[in-house]
Amino acid sequence: MKLRIETAGMEALMVRLFDTIDVTNMAWILAADHALRDAFGEALVDLLPSYTTLLLHYDCRKLSHAEAQARIQDALTGLTPADTQQGQRHEIPVWYDESVGPDLERVAKRAGISVAELIEQHCQDDYCVFALGFAPGYGFMGLVDNTIATPRLTTPRRHVAAGSVGIADRQTAIYPLPSPGGWNVLGRTAVPLFEHAKRGEPLLRPGDSVRFRSISRAEFEAQGGDTTPMEERS
Amino acid sequence: MSQASLVVNQVGPLALIQDAGRFGVGHLGITQGGAADWIAFYWANWLLGNPLNSAALEIVMGGGLTLEAEGEVTLALTGADLAATLDGEPLAPNASVTLRSGQQLVFQQPRQGLRAYLAFPGGLEAPEVLGSRSCTVREQLGGLQENGQPLKAGERLTWRGNTHQPRTLPEGLALRMPTSGCRLPMVLGSQVASFSGNSLYQAFNTPWQVDNRADRMGVRLTGPVLGGTLKGIVSEGIPLGAVQVPPDGQPIVLMNDRQTIGGYPRLGALTPSACATLAQCLPGTQVWLTPVSASQAQADYRRQFAHWASD
Repeated sequence: MKLRIETAGMEALMVRLFDTIDVTNMAWILAADHALRDAFGEALVDLLPSYTTLLLHYDCRKLSHAEAQARIQDALTGLTPADTQQGQRHEIPVWYDESVGPDLERVAKRAGISVAELIEQHCQDDYCVFALGFAPGYGFMGLVDNTIATPRLTTPRRHVAAGSVGIADRQTAIYPLPSPGGWNVLGRTAVPLFEHAKRGEPLLRPGDSVRFRSISRAEFEAQGGDTTPMEERS
Repeated sequence: MSQASLVVNQVGPLALIQDAGRFGVGHLGITQGGAADWIAFYWANWLLGNPLNSAALEIVMGGGLTLEAEGEVTLALTGADLAATLDGEPLAPNASVTLRSGQQLVFQQPRQGLRAYLAFPGGLEAPEVLGSRSCTVREQLGGLQENGQPLKAGERLTWRGNTHQPRTLPEGLALRMPTSGCRLPMVLGSQVASFSGNSLYQAFNTPWQVDNRADRMGVRLTGPVLGGTLKGIVSEGIPLGAVQVPPDGQPIVLMNDRQTIGGYPRLGALTPSACATLAQCLPGTQVWLTPVSASQAQADYRRQFAHWASD
Protein backbone atom coordinates (compact mmCIF):
# COMPACT_ATOMS: atom_id res chain seq x y z
CA MET A 1 0.00 0.00 0.00
CA LYS A 2 1.25 3.46 -0.94
CA LEU A 3 -0.84 6.42 0.23
CA ARG A 4 -1.41 9.30 -2.18
CA ILE A 5 -3.93 12.03 -1.46
CA GLU A 6 -5.11 13.81 -4.61
CA THR A 7 -7.45 16.72 -5.15
CA ALA A 8 -10.57 15.51 -6.94
CA GLY A 9 -12.90 18.48 -6.59
CA MET A 10 -13.70 21.53 -4.46
CA GLU A 11 -14.36 19.40 -1.40
CA ALA A 12 -13.40 15.97 -2.69
CA LEU A 13 -10.11 14.15 -2.17
CA MET A 14 -9.07 10.92 -3.85
CA VAL A 15 -7.29 8.61 -1.44
CA ARG A 16 -5.22 6.37 -3.70
CA LEU A 17 -3.77 3.23 -2.14
CA PHE A 18 -3.02 1.00 -5.15
CA ASP A 19 -2.54 1.21 -8.91
CA THR A 20 -3.97 -2.12 -10.00
CA ILE A 21 -6.94 -4.35 -9.13
CA ASP A 22 -6.11 -7.16 -6.74
CA VAL A 23 -8.13 -9.20 -4.27
CA THR A 24 -5.53 -8.43 -1.58
CA ASN A 25 -6.28 -4.68 -1.87
CA MET A 26 -9.60 -5.18 -0.11
CA ALA A 27 -8.19 -5.65 3.39
CA TRP A 28 -6.52 -2.24 3.13
CA ILE A 29 -9.43 -0.49 1.43
CA LEU A 30 -11.80 -1.72 4.16
CA ALA A 31 -9.40 -0.67 6.92
CA ALA A 32 -9.02 2.78 5.35
CA ASP A 33 -12.82 3.05 5.01
CA HIS A 34 -13.28 2.49 8.75
CA ALA A 35 -10.40 4.75 9.75
CA LEU A 36 -11.61 7.63 7.54
CA ARG A 37 -15.23 7.36 8.73
CA ASP A 38 -13.99 7.57 12.34
CA ALA A 39 -11.59 10.42 11.65
CA PHE A 40 -14.06 12.63 9.75
CA GLY A 41 -17.27 11.96 11.71
CA GLU A 42 -19.74 14.77 11.08
CA ALA A 43 -17.47 16.44 8.53
CA LEU A 44 -17.84 13.46 6.20
CA VAL A 45 -20.41 13.82 3.43
CA ASP A 46 -19.72 10.63 1.46
CA LEU A 47 -16.97 8.03 1.24
CA LEU A 48 -16.84 5.86 -1.89
CA PRO A 49 -14.41 2.95 -1.74
CA SER A 50 -13.50 1.30 -5.00
CA TYR A 51 -10.90 -1.18 -6.29
CA THR A 52 -7.80 0.91 -5.56
CA THR A 53 -9.10 4.17 -4.12
CA LEU A 54 -11.53 5.84 -1.74
CA LEU A 55 -13.18 9.09 -2.83
CA LEU A 56 -13.74 11.24 0.22
CA HIS A 57 -16.27 14.07 0.07
CA TYR A 58 -16.01 16.27 3.14
CA ASP A 59 -17.98 19.34 4.17
CA CYS A 60 -15.87 22.39 3.38
CA ARG A 61 -17.98 24.49 5.71
CA LYS A 62 -16.47 22.40 8.53
CA LEU A 63 -12.92 21.75 7.27
CA SER A 64 -10.49 23.45 4.90
CA HIS A 65 -8.84 21.52 2.07
CA ALA A 66 -5.53 21.45 3.94
CA GLU A 67 -7.20 20.28 7.17
CA ALA A 68 -8.97 17.50 5.31
CA GLN A 69 -5.70 16.37 3.70
CA ALA A 70 -3.92 16.35 7.06
CA ARG A 71 -6.76 14.41 8.64
CA ILE A 72 -6.53 11.71 5.99
CA GLN A 73 -2.78 11.49 6.42
CA ASP A 74 -3.15 11.12 10.21
CA ALA A 75 -5.97 8.59 9.97
CA LEU A 76 -4.09 6.33 7.59
CA THR A 77 -0.64 6.49 9.16
CA GLY A 78 0.19 3.12 10.66
CA LEU A 79 -2.93 1.53 9.13
CA THR A 80 -3.16 -2.24 9.46
CA PRO A 81 -5.20 -4.35 7.04
CA ALA A 82 -8.72 -5.35 8.06
CA ASP A 83 -9.70 -8.94 8.65
CA THR A 84 -11.32 -9.89 5.35
CA GLN A 85 -12.54 -13.15 6.85
CA GLN A 86 -15.24 -11.03 8.47
CA GLY A 87 -16.91 -10.32 5.15
CA GLN A 88 -20.17 -12.20 4.62
CA ARG A 89 -20.37 -15.17 2.30
CA HIS A 90 -23.34 -15.25 -0.03
CA GLU A 91 -24.70 -17.95 -2.25
CA ILE A 92 -26.67 -16.48 -5.13
CA PRO A 93 -29.02 -18.84 -7.02
CA VAL A 94 -29.01 -18.19 -10.76
CA TRP A 95 -31.19 -19.58 -13.51
CA TYR A 96 -28.76 -19.90 -16.43
CA ASP A 97 -30.83 -20.10 -19.60
CA GLU A 98 -30.64 -18.66 -23.11
CA SER A 99 -33.99 -16.90 -22.66
CA VAL A 100 -32.73 -14.78 -19.77
CA GLY A 101 -29.00 -15.15 -20.48
CA PRO A 102 -28.76 -14.32 -24.19
CA ASP A 103 -24.94 -14.29 -24.19
CA LEU A 104 -24.45 -17.81 -22.75
CA GLU A 105 -23.75 -19.47 -26.07
CA ARG A 106 -21.49 -16.74 -27.44
CA VAL A 107 -19.38 -16.58 -24.27
CA ALA A 108 -19.07 -20.39 -24.21
CA LYS A 109 -18.11 -20.55 -27.87
CA ARG A 110 -15.50 -17.83 -27.40
CA ALA A 111 -14.03 -19.78 -24.48
CA GLY A 112 -14.09 -22.98 -26.52
CA ILE A 113 -16.27 -24.81 -23.99
CA SER A 114 -19.86 -26.00 -23.77
CA VAL A 115 -22.61 -23.93 -22.14
CA ALA A 116 -22.73 -26.48 -19.32
CA GLU A 117 -19.00 -26.07 -18.74
CA LEU A 118 -19.34 -22.29 -18.77
CA ILE A 119 -22.05 -22.44 -16.08
CA GLU A 120 -19.94 -24.83 -14.06
CA GLN A 121 -16.95 -22.51 -14.31
CA HIS A 122 -18.97 -19.42 -13.33
CA CYS A 123 -20.27 -21.29 -10.26
CA GLN A 124 -16.92 -22.73 -9.28
CA ASP A 125 -15.11 -19.77 -7.72
CA ASP A 126 -15.72 -17.49 -4.76
CA TYR A 127 -15.89 -13.93 -6.06
CA CYS A 128 -14.81 -10.95 -4.01
CA VAL A 129 -17.11 -7.89 -3.92
CA PHE A 130 -14.70 -5.08 -4.82
CA ALA A 131 -17.03 -2.11 -4.88
CA LEU A 132 -20.63 -0.98 -5.02
CA GLY A 133 -21.55 1.49 -7.72
CA PHE A 134 -23.26 2.07 -11.06
CA ALA A 135 -26.70 1.45 -9.55
CA PRO A 136 -28.12 0.98 -6.02
CA GLY A 137 -26.78 -2.30 -4.67
CA TYR A 138 -24.77 -3.15 -7.79
CA GLY A 139 -21.63 -5.02 -6.70
CA PHE A 140 -18.54 -5.25 -8.89
CA MET A 141 -17.22 -8.77 -8.29
CA GLY A 142 -14.31 -10.83 -9.48
CA LEU A 143 -12.22 -12.19 -10.67
CA VAL A 144 -13.74 -14.78 -13.01
CA ASP A 145 -11.42 -17.41 -14.44
CA ASN A 146 -9.35 -16.25 -17.40
CA THR A 147 -10.88 -18.90 -19.65
CA ILE A 148 -14.35 -17.29 -19.53
CA ALA A 149 -13.29 -13.63 -19.33
CA THR A 150 -15.17 -11.83 -22.12
CA PRO A 151 -15.03 -8.16 -23.14
CA ARG A 152 -18.11 -5.95 -22.90
CA LEU A 153 -20.51 -5.85 -25.86
CA THR A 154 -19.41 -3.38 -28.52
CA THR A 155 -22.88 -1.86 -28.44
CA PRO A 156 -24.52 -1.90 -25.00
CA ARG A 157 -28.08 -3.19 -24.76
CA ARG A 158 -30.73 -0.59 -24.21
CA HIS A 159 -32.46 -2.77 -21.69
CA VAL A 160 -30.98 -5.35 -19.35
CA ALA A 161 -33.55 -6.92 -17.03
CA ALA A 162 -33.32 -6.61 -13.25
CA GLY A 163 -31.55 -9.62 -11.73
CA SER A 164 -29.42 -10.22 -14.83
CA VAL A 165 -26.08 -11.82 -14.02
CA GLY A 166 -23.29 -10.81 -16.35
CA ILE A 167 -19.58 -10.81 -16.92
CA ALA A 168 -17.28 -8.16 -18.38
CA ASP A 169 -13.62 -9.06 -18.77
CA ARG A 170 -12.76 -10.75 -15.47
CA GLN A 171 -15.57 -9.10 -13.52
CA THR A 172 -19.02 -10.37 -12.77
CA ALA A 173 -22.09 -8.55 -11.43
CA ILE A 174 -25.85 -8.56 -10.99
CA TYR A 175 -28.08 -5.74 -12.29
CA PRO A 176 -30.34 -4.71 -9.36
CA LEU A 177 -32.60 -2.63 -11.63
CA PRO A 178 -33.51 -2.72 -15.30
CA SER A 179 -30.98 -0.50 -17.07
CA PRO A 180 -28.92 -0.13 -20.21
CA GLY A 181 -25.77 -2.22 -20.03
CA GLY A 182 -22.94 -3.79 -21.94
CA TRP A 183 -22.12 -6.84 -19.85
CA ASN A 184 -22.46 -10.37 -21.23
CA VAL A 185 -25.63 -11.71 -19.63
CA LEU A 186 -25.55 -15.39 -18.60
CA GLY A 187 -28.62 -15.77 -16.43
CA ARG A 188 -30.96 -14.24 -13.89
CA THR A 189 -31.38 -14.29 -10.13
CA ALA A 190 -34.48 -13.58 -8.06
CA VAL A 191 -32.45 -12.12 -5.17
CA PRO A 192 -33.88 -8.60 -4.62
CA LEU A 193 -30.67 -6.55 -4.52
CA PHE A 194 -32.41 -3.23 -5.15
CA GLU A 195 -34.93 -3.67 -2.33
CA HIS A 196 -32.06 -4.28 0.09
CA ALA A 197 -30.17 -1.21 -1.13
CA LYS A 198 -33.28 0.95 -0.95
CA ARG A 199 -33.52 0.17 2.76
CA GLY A 200 -29.89 1.24 3.16
CA GLU A 201 -28.87 -2.35 3.87
CA PRO A 202 -27.24 -3.68 0.71
CA LEU A 203 -26.98 -7.44 0.50
CA LEU A 204 -23.50 -7.26 -0.99
CA ARG A 205 -20.80 -5.15 0.64
CA PRO A 206 -17.18 -4.62 -0.32
CA GLY A 207 -15.09 -7.45 1.11
CA ASP A 208 -17.98 -9.96 0.99
CA SER A 209 -17.62 -13.08 -1.09
CA VAL A 210 -20.16 -14.50 -3.50
CA ARG A 211 -20.62 -17.88 -5.09
CA PHE A 212 -23.24 -18.51 -7.75
CA ARG A 213 -25.36 -21.67 -7.78
CA SER A 214 -27.13 -22.94 -10.87
CA ILE A 215 -30.85 -23.57 -10.34
CA SER A 216 -33.68 -24.87 -12.49
CA ARG A 217 -36.47 -22.81 -13.97
CA ALA A 218 -38.85 -24.34 -11.41
CA GLU A 219 -36.65 -23.26 -8.50
CA PHE A 220 -36.23 -19.80 -10.01
CA GLU A 221 -39.98 -19.44 -10.35
CA ALA A 222 -40.52 -20.70 -6.81
CA GLN A 223 -38.21 -17.93 -5.63
CA GLY A 224 -40.39 -15.37 -7.38
CA GLY A 225 -38.10 -14.94 -10.39
CA ASP A 226 -39.37 -13.18 -13.52
CA THR A 227 -39.04 -15.56 -16.48
CA THR A 228 -39.84 -12.98 -19.15
CA PRO A 229 -37.19 -13.47 -21.85
CA MET A 230 -34.75 -10.64 -22.27
CA GLU A 231 -35.55 -9.92 -25.95
CA GLU A 232 -39.19 -9.25 -25.15
CA ARG A 233 -38.10 -6.44 -22.90
CA SER A 234 -35.74 -4.63 -25.25
CA MET B 1 -59.67 25.03 7.32
CA SER B 2 -58.89 22.07 5.17
CA GLN B 3 -55.36 21.63 3.86
CA ALA B 4 -54.78 23.54 0.63
CA SER B 5 -53.18 21.75 -2.29
CA LEU B 6 -52.09 22.11 -5.91
CA VAL B 7 -53.44 19.78 -8.55
CA VAL B 8 -51.37 18.94 -11.61
CA ASN B 9 -53.72 19.64 -14.53
CA GLN B 10 -51.13 19.16 -17.24
CA VAL B 11 -47.48 18.10 -17.26
CA GLY B 12 -44.57 19.42 -19.30
CA PRO B 13 -41.41 17.53 -20.28
CA LEU B 14 -40.13 17.01 -16.73
CA ALA B 15 -40.94 18.17 -13.22
CA LEU B 16 -39.25 16.45 -10.29
CA ILE B 17 -39.43 16.77 -6.54
CA GLN B 18 -35.95 17.67 -5.30
CA ASP B 19 -34.23 18.66 -2.10
CA ALA B 20 -30.50 19.21 -1.57
CA GLY B 21 -29.80 15.54 -2.34
CA ARG B 22 -29.18 12.13 -0.89
CA PHE B 23 -25.92 12.13 1.03
CA GLY B 24 -24.01 9.51 2.99
CA VAL B 25 -25.27 6.65 0.81
CA GLY B 26 -22.90 6.90 -2.15
CA HIS B 27 -21.08 3.80 -0.94
CA LEU B 28 -24.30 1.81 -1.56
CA GLY B 29 -24.13 2.79 -5.23
CA ILE B 30 -26.85 5.40 -4.72
CA THR B 31 -26.45 8.69 -6.51
CA GLN B 32 -26.54 12.14 -4.89
CA GLY B 33 -29.48 13.57 -6.80
CA GLY B 34 -30.85 16.88 -5.55
CA ALA B 35 -31.63 20.22 -7.16
CA ALA B 36 -29.32 20.70 -10.14
CA ASP B 37 -29.27 24.49 -9.69
CA TRP B 38 -28.95 24.28 -5.91
CA ILE B 39 -28.41 28.03 -5.65
CA ALA B 40 -31.80 28.85 -7.18
CA PHE B 41 -33.33 26.05 -5.09
CA TYR B 42 -31.91 27.46 -1.83
CA TRP B 43 -33.11 30.95 -2.73
CA ALA B 44 -36.61 29.63 -3.33
CA ASN B 45 -36.70 28.12 0.16
CA TRP B 46 -35.07 31.21 1.65
CA LEU B 47 -37.79 33.44 0.18
CA LEU B 48 -40.41 31.45 2.11
CA GLY B 49 -38.33 31.26 5.29
CA ASN B 50 -38.10 27.46 4.91
CA PRO B 51 -35.21 25.29 6.04
CA LEU B 52 -32.96 25.46 2.97
CA ASN B 53 -33.17 21.71 2.33
CA SER B 54 -37.00 21.67 2.06
CA ALA B 55 -38.34 19.69 -0.90
CA ALA B 56 -39.33 21.82 -3.89
CA LEU B 57 -40.29 21.28 -7.51
CA GLU B 58 -37.61 21.36 -10.22
CA ILE B 59 -39.36 22.29 -13.45
CA VAL B 60 -37.47 21.70 -16.69
CA MET B 61 -38.41 23.75 -19.78
CA GLY B 62 -42.01 24.40 -18.69
CA GLY B 63 -43.81 23.04 -21.73
CA GLY B 64 -47.31 23.68 -20.50
CA LEU B 65 -47.02 22.40 -16.91
CA THR B 66 -50.22 23.62 -15.26
CA LEU B 67 -50.83 23.64 -11.51
CA GLU B 68 -54.19 24.65 -10.07
CA ALA B 69 -54.59 25.88 -6.51
CA GLU B 70 -57.16 24.39 -4.17
CA GLY B 71 -57.11 26.87 -1.34
CA GLU B 72 -54.80 29.83 -0.87
CA VAL B 73 -51.03 29.45 -0.72
CA THR B 74 -47.89 31.51 -1.10
CA LEU B 75 -45.11 29.90 -3.12
CA ALA B 76 -41.68 31.10 -4.24
CA LEU B 77 -40.38 30.85 -7.79
CA THR B 78 -36.71 31.13 -8.72
CA GLY B 79 -34.24 29.99 -11.37
CA ALA B 80 -35.05 29.91 -15.05
CA ASP B 81 -37.58 32.24 -16.62
CA LEU B 82 -40.04 29.73 -18.07
CA ALA B 83 -42.56 32.40 -19.06
CA ALA B 84 -44.68 31.52 -16.03
CA THR B 85 -48.15 33.03 -15.71
CA LEU B 86 -50.82 33.07 -13.03
CA ASP B 87 -54.25 33.10 -14.67
CA GLY B 88 -52.53 34.48 -17.75
CA GLU B 89 -50.66 37.28 -15.95
CA PRO B 90 -46.83 37.12 -16.24
CA LEU B 91 -45.03 36.48 -12.96
CA ALA B 92 -41.98 38.34 -11.70
CA PRO B 93 -38.95 36.04 -11.43
CA ASN B 94 -37.21 35.31 -8.13
CA ALA B 95 -40.13 36.28 -5.92
CA SER B 96 -42.98 34.84 -3.95
CA VAL B 97 -46.43 34.51 -5.47
CA THR B 98 -49.78 34.03 -3.78
CA LEU B 99 -52.33 31.76 -5.43
CA ARG B 100 -56.01 31.86 -4.56
CA SER B 101 -58.26 28.88 -4.92
CA GLY B 102 -58.94 28.04 -8.58
CA GLN B 103 -56.03 30.04 -9.96
CA GLN B 104 -53.75 28.38 -12.48
CA LEU B 105 -49.98 28.57 -12.56
CA VAL B 106 -48.64 27.74 -16.04
CA PHE B 107 -45.03 27.28 -17.17
CA GLN B 108 -44.58 27.74 -20.90
CA GLN B 109 -41.11 27.81 -22.44
CA PRO B 110 -37.58 28.74 -21.40
CA ARG B 111 -36.74 32.38 -22.07
CA GLN B 112 -33.66 32.36 -19.88
CA GLY B 113 -32.23 29.30 -18.20
CA LEU B 114 -33.65 25.79 -18.18
CA ARG B 115 -34.79 24.87 -14.67
CA ALA B 116 -37.19 26.77 -12.44
CA TYR B 117 -37.68 26.01 -8.74
CA LEU B 118 -41.02 26.27 -7.02
CA ALA B 119 -40.87 26.21 -3.22
CA PHE B 120 -43.80 25.47 -0.89
CA PRO B 121 -44.48 26.46 2.72
CA GLY B 122 -42.41 24.12 4.90
CA GLY B 123 -41.45 22.06 1.84
CA LEU B 124 -43.39 19.57 -0.28
CA GLU B 125 -44.93 16.58 1.41
CA ALA B 126 -43.27 13.46 0.02
CA PRO B 127 -41.92 10.26 1.54
CA GLU B 128 -38.31 10.44 2.63
CA VAL B 129 -36.09 7.70 1.21
CA LEU B 130 -32.60 7.30 2.69
CA GLY B 131 -32.66 10.77 4.17
CA SER B 132 -33.92 12.64 1.11
CA ARG B 133 -37.06 13.42 -0.87
CA SER B 134 -35.09 13.83 -4.08
CA CYS B 135 -36.47 12.02 -7.08
CA THR B 136 -34.03 9.97 -9.15
CA VAL B 137 -35.81 8.49 -12.16
CA ARG B 138 -33.03 6.05 -13.09
CA GLU B 139 -32.76 4.65 -9.56
CA GLN B 140 -36.51 4.55 -8.95
CA LEU B 141 -36.00 6.45 -5.70
CA GLY B 142 -37.98 9.31 -4.19
CA GLY B 143 -40.93 11.27 -5.53
CA LEU B 144 -44.58 11.17 -4.52
CA GLN B 145 -44.97 7.42 -5.12
CA GLU B 146 -41.46 6.52 -3.90
CA ASN B 147 -40.62 5.10 -7.33
CA GLY B 148 -38.64 7.98 -8.77
CA GLN B 149 -41.32 8.92 -11.29
CA PRO B 150 -41.68 12.55 -12.42
CA LEU B 151 -44.81 14.53 -11.66
CA LYS B 152 -47.89 13.21 -13.47
CA ALA B 153 -51.20 14.78 -14.46
CA GLY B 154 -53.85 14.34 -11.78
CA GLU B 155 -51.37 14.23 -8.91
CA ARG B 156 -51.90 16.48 -5.93
CA LEU B 157 -49.13 18.40 -4.20
CA THR B 158 -49.38 19.20 -0.51
CA TRP B 159 -46.88 20.83 1.82
CA ARG B 160 -45.64 20.57 5.35
CA GLY B 161 -46.00 24.06 6.77
CA ASN B 162 -48.08 27.22 6.81
CA THR B 163 -47.53 30.38 4.85
CA HIS B 164 -45.52 33.00 6.69
CA GLN B 165 -44.65 36.49 5.57
CA PRO B 166 -42.41 35.81 2.56
CA ARG B 167 -39.07 37.53 2.11
CA THR B 168 -37.84 39.55 -0.82
CA LEU B 169 -34.38 39.27 -2.34
CA PRO B 170 -31.73 41.47 -0.69
CA GLU B 171 -31.28 44.90 -2.31
CA GLY B 172 -28.83 44.91 -5.21
CA LEU B 173 -28.69 41.14 -5.52
CA ALA B 174 -29.42 40.06 -9.04
CA LEU B 175 -29.94 36.39 -9.78
CA ARG B 176 -29.12 36.07 -13.44
CA MET B 177 -29.32 33.06 -15.68
CA PRO B 178 -26.12 32.21 -17.57
CA THR B 179 -25.57 33.62 -21.04
CA SER B 180 -23.17 32.56 -23.79
CA GLY B 181 -19.56 33.09 -22.86
CA CYS B 182 -20.08 32.31 -19.17
CA ARG B 183 -17.22 30.88 -17.13
CA LEU B 184 -17.33 27.57 -15.32
CA PRO B 185 -14.74 27.49 -12.50
CA MET B 186 -13.09 24.11 -12.22
CA VAL B 187 -10.74 22.52 -9.70
CA LEU B 188 -8.01 20.60 -11.52
CA GLY B 189 -7.68 16.91 -10.72
CA SER B 190 -4.60 14.75 -10.48
CA GLN B 191 -5.15 13.11 -13.87
CA VAL B 192 -4.85 16.48 -15.59
CA ALA B 193 -1.15 15.75 -16.12
CA SER B 194 -1.97 12.76 -18.30
CA PHE B 195 -3.54 15.00 -20.97
CA SER B 196 -1.34 16.30 -23.78
CA GLY B 197 -0.03 19.86 -23.55
CA ASN B 198 -2.01 20.84 -26.60
CA SER B 199 -5.21 19.37 -25.13
CA LEU B 200 -4.73 21.28 -21.91
CA TYR B 201 -4.12 24.52 -23.79
CA GLN B 202 -7.29 23.98 -25.78
CA ALA B 203 -9.34 22.89 -22.78
CA PHE B 204 -8.86 26.22 -21.06
CA ASN B 205 -8.41 28.58 -23.99
CA THR B 206 -11.21 27.68 -26.35
CA PRO B 207 -14.95 27.93 -25.80
CA TRP B 208 -17.00 24.76 -25.34
CA GLN B 209 -20.53 24.25 -26.54
CA VAL B 210 -23.18 22.72 -24.35
CA ASP B 211 -24.47 19.75 -26.32
CA ASN B 212 -28.10 18.64 -26.49
CA ARG B 213 -27.03 15.36 -24.90
CA ALA B 214 -27.50 16.82 -21.46
CA ASP B 215 -29.54 15.67 -18.51
CA ARG B 216 -29.36 15.40 -14.72
CA MET B 217 -26.74 12.66 -15.06
CA GLY B 218 -24.27 14.45 -17.28
CA VAL B 219 -23.77 17.28 -19.74
CA ARG B 220 -21.66 16.76 -22.85
CA LEU B 221 -19.47 19.58 -24.08
CA THR B 222 -18.36 19.72 -27.68
CA GLY B 223 -15.23 21.41 -28.98
CA PRO B 224 -11.63 20.44 -29.65
CA VAL B 225 -10.84 16.74 -29.25
CA LEU B 226 -8.88 16.18 -26.04
CA GLY B 227 -6.50 13.31 -25.54
CA GLY B 228 -3.66 12.06 -23.49
CA THR B 229 -1.82 9.00 -22.36
CA LEU B 230 -4.66 7.48 -20.30
CA LYS B 231 -7.48 5.74 -22.15
CA GLY B 232 -9.29 4.27 -19.21
CA ILE B 233 -8.55 4.05 -15.51
CA VAL B 234 -9.48 1.61 -12.76
CA SER B 235 -13.04 2.62 -11.79
CA GLU B 236 -13.07 5.09 -8.93
CA GLY B 237 -15.53 7.36 -7.14
CA ILE B 238 -16.85 10.28 -9.18
CA PRO B 239 -17.26 13.67 -7.47
CA LEU B 240 -19.95 16.18 -8.45
CA GLY B 241 -18.92 18.15 -11.52
CA ALA B 242 -16.22 15.70 -12.61
CA VAL B 243 -15.11 16.53 -16.15
CA GLN B 244 -14.41 13.13 -17.64
CA VAL B 245 -13.00 12.58 -21.09
CA PRO B 246 -14.05 9.36 -22.82
CA PRO B 247 -12.11 8.02 -25.82
CA ASP B 248 -13.93 10.33 -28.27
CA GLY B 249 -12.18 13.28 -26.59
CA GLN B 250 -15.36 15.23 -25.86
CA PRO B 251 -15.79 16.00 -22.17
CA ILE B 252 -18.82 15.00 -20.12
CA VAL B 253 -19.53 16.93 -16.93
CA LEU B 254 -21.06 14.57 -14.38
CA MET B 255 -23.98 16.12 -12.57
CA ASN B 256 -26.27 15.29 -9.64
CA ASP B 257 -27.64 11.97 -10.94
CA ARG B 258 -24.23 10.65 -12.09
CA GLN B 259 -23.22 7.06 -11.47
CA THR B 260 -21.16 6.77 -8.29
CA ILE B 261 -18.04 5.19 -9.78
CA GLY B 262 -16.55 5.21 -13.25
CA GLY B 263 -13.45 4.66 -15.28
CA TYR B 264 -12.69 7.57 -17.65
CA PRO B 265 -9.77 9.95 -17.07
CA ARG B 266 -10.73 13.37 -15.72
CA LEU B 267 -9.52 16.91 -16.14
CA GLY B 268 -10.91 17.85 -12.73
CA ALA B 269 -14.29 18.85 -11.37
CA LEU B 270 -16.45 21.92 -11.80
CA THR B 271 -17.21 23.69 -8.53
CA PRO B 272 -20.75 23.18 -7.17
CA SER B 273 -21.57 26.76 -8.24
CA ALA B 274 -20.34 26.04 -11.76
CA CYS B 275 -22.54 22.91 -11.83
CA ALA B 276 -25.51 25.09 -10.88
CA THR B 277 -24.63 27.43 -13.75
CA LEU B 278 -24.24 24.58 -16.23
CA ALA B 279 -27.58 23.12 -15.16
CA GLN B 280 -29.21 26.30 -16.51
CA CYS B 281 -27.40 26.34 -19.87
CA LEU B 282 -29.49 25.55 -22.92
CA PRO B 283 -27.89 23.45 -25.67
CA GLY B 284 -25.68 25.65 -27.82
CA THR B 285 -24.58 27.90 -24.96
CA GLN B 286 -20.86 28.70 -25.10
CA VAL B 287 -18.95 28.10 -21.87
CA TRP B 288 -15.32 28.47 -20.79
CA LEU B 289 -13.58 26.14 -18.36
CA THR B 290 -11.62 28.25 -15.88
CA PRO B 291 -9.17 26.71 -13.40
CA VAL B 292 -9.63 27.71 -9.75
CA SER B 293 -7.91 26.41 -6.62
CA ALA B 294 -9.91 24.32 -4.16
CA SER B 295 -9.27 26.94 -1.45
CA GLN B 296 -10.49 29.81 -3.61
CA ALA B 297 -13.57 27.82 -4.64
CA GLN B 298 -14.33 27.07 -0.99
CA ALA B 299 -14.03 30.73 -0.04
CA ASP B 300 -16.54 31.61 -2.78
CA TYR B 301 -18.82 28.78 -1.67
CA ARG B 302 -18.83 29.91 1.96
CA ARG B 303 -19.59 33.47 0.82
CA GLN B 304 -22.57 32.11 -1.10
CA PHE B 305 -23.91 30.40 2.03
CA ALA B 306 -23.46 33.59 4.05
CA HIS B 307 -26.35 35.12 2.05
CA TRP B 308 -28.76 32.58 3.45
CA ALA B 309 -27.47 32.60 7.02
CA SER B 310 -28.22 36.30 7.52
CA ASP B 311 -31.71 37.48 8.29
